[in-house]
Amino acid sequence: MKSLKNHISLIIALFTVLASVQIYVAVDRTIAAYETRLKDDYSVIVVANKAFTAEEFKSMSSMIERSESISTTQVLDRLKGEMSQKNLELLRLTLPKFYRIYLNRYPSPKEINNLQHLLQRNPSVERVEGFAQTHDTIYKLMLLFKNVVQIFSIAIAAVTSMLILKEMRLWQFQHAERMSIMALFGAPVWLRSAVLFRLAIVDAIIATIILSFSFFLIDYYGFLIAQLKAIGISVQLFDFVNDALRSLVIALGISITLTFMIVIFPNEEK
Amino acid sequence: MDKVIIAQNLSLSYKEFETIISKATFSIDAGSFVFITGASGSGKSTLLKSLYGAIEPKQGQLTVGGVKMNRISTSKLNFLRRHIGIVFQDYKLIKEWTIEKNVMLPLIISGYTSDVSGTQVQKLLGHVKLIHQAGKYPLELSGGEQQRVAMARALAHNPILILADEPTGNLDEYSSSVIWSLLEGANSQLKTTVVVVTHHIPETLNVPYKHFHIDAGNINEIA
Repeated sequence: MKSLKNHISLIIALFTVLASVQIYVAVDRTIAAYETRLKDDYSVIVVANKAFTAEEFKSMSSMIERSESISTTQVLDRLKGEMSQKNLELLRLTLPKFYRIYLNRYPSPKEINNLQHLLQRNPSVERVEGFAQTHDTIYKLMLLFKNVVQIFSIAIAAVTSMLILKEMRLWQFQHAERMSIMALFGAPVWLRSAVLFRLAIVDAIIATIILSFSFFLIDYYGFLIAQLKAIGISVQLFDFVNDALRSLVIALGISITLTFMIVIFPNEEK
Repeated sequence: MDKVIIAQNLSLSYKEFETIISKATFSIDAGSFVFITGASGSGKSTLLKSLYGAIEPKQGQLTVGGVKMNRISTSKLNFLRRHIGIVFQDYKLIKEWTIEKNVMLPLIISGYTSDVSGTQVQKLLGHVKLIHQAGKYPLELSGGEQQRVAMARALAHNPILILADEPTGNLDEYSSSVIWSLLEGANSQLKTTVVVVTHHIPETLNVPYKHFHIDAGNINEIA
């Protein structure tokens, strides 16, 4: 029962670290999905006095993904009744070219300004409208949330690691007799401590399984995903293969590193 | 004859300031059977501990199996201990392990395959008359049986030296006779050096032996 309690303590501690990392990953994915949505809706308008090809725009900045010409026909058609055909033709010839430029990612306000300056350096470009002021407030809030989650995850990892270290010292104390007997027969440190490493590895695997199962259920039942879909974000919160594998690597990394620490630096209080 | 243990002006202290063995010079030949006697608190166990590196010499030189024990490194000490068999008065068996696995411990440490270890363990458990108890745990056995297991463990890896601290101190007559016959057998058949710390030398011993007596910090050989 005591042994089970010790296992549960380590498993809960590792689960907490893994959950905080997974939450951070999920938030990051949500923001990335939101960025994609914003990027698809966002474009820069360029007014030029000569025709530009898509390749010419792309060569101006690596951020530019594609461009499309904005047709003026509709506007001119509306003026048909009010102007003579001759004036209309004159206007058609003198009217500048309008382009809508799409970017390969959602830019920051600074990047929008830089892009505007870059495009305006071309003498044929008359005007660029980047709509920097309409930069999304929700997006900024999400970025802030992501940073908070990141700091929170680091703090949890630090505090939990100290708890795990204490727990492992207890294990070391519980197995001290066995380890000292093995030492009397010349067992090297790694062999004496094999029991600690075995426990650490088993608990890391159990913590990963619990985390994977929990997040799989959240993903499967989709109540969070439904809420995100309601604001136009489609995202997979838990990728069973990659996320489970990453969690296992993190759990094993933490537990094995901390076991090494207590083996290499034995408790001086004893 | 080769010397397994050489002590020159060896001083040992139990606690930091209390010198318990003072400037002792002695040697033990390979293949000999040696008793170390002395009153309680005379330093018998301290001397034995220094022979397997649990206590470092305070002064002087101590060499065991060709390895200098002064400021010995952990890896050298582990190497030496893999060639020594130790029997303690309190058995020091791993209580979470079966009898079979306890006897196998030195073989596991020395990296023997499970086939070799299994055969050797079965043979030794047969010698100590505990083959039928192989799957039990130490706390399920009597004190005498536990000491026989400890004896089998000490012999498992064919050590060059066996150190025994009061091996029959708390045992019944039958277990004591098994222990002594195993120590005799190891010494006479395998030429293993045996050093036994004890209060009483058994009268029925069938091998020649040397006797060192510790008195007031001095180690004297008794003819």
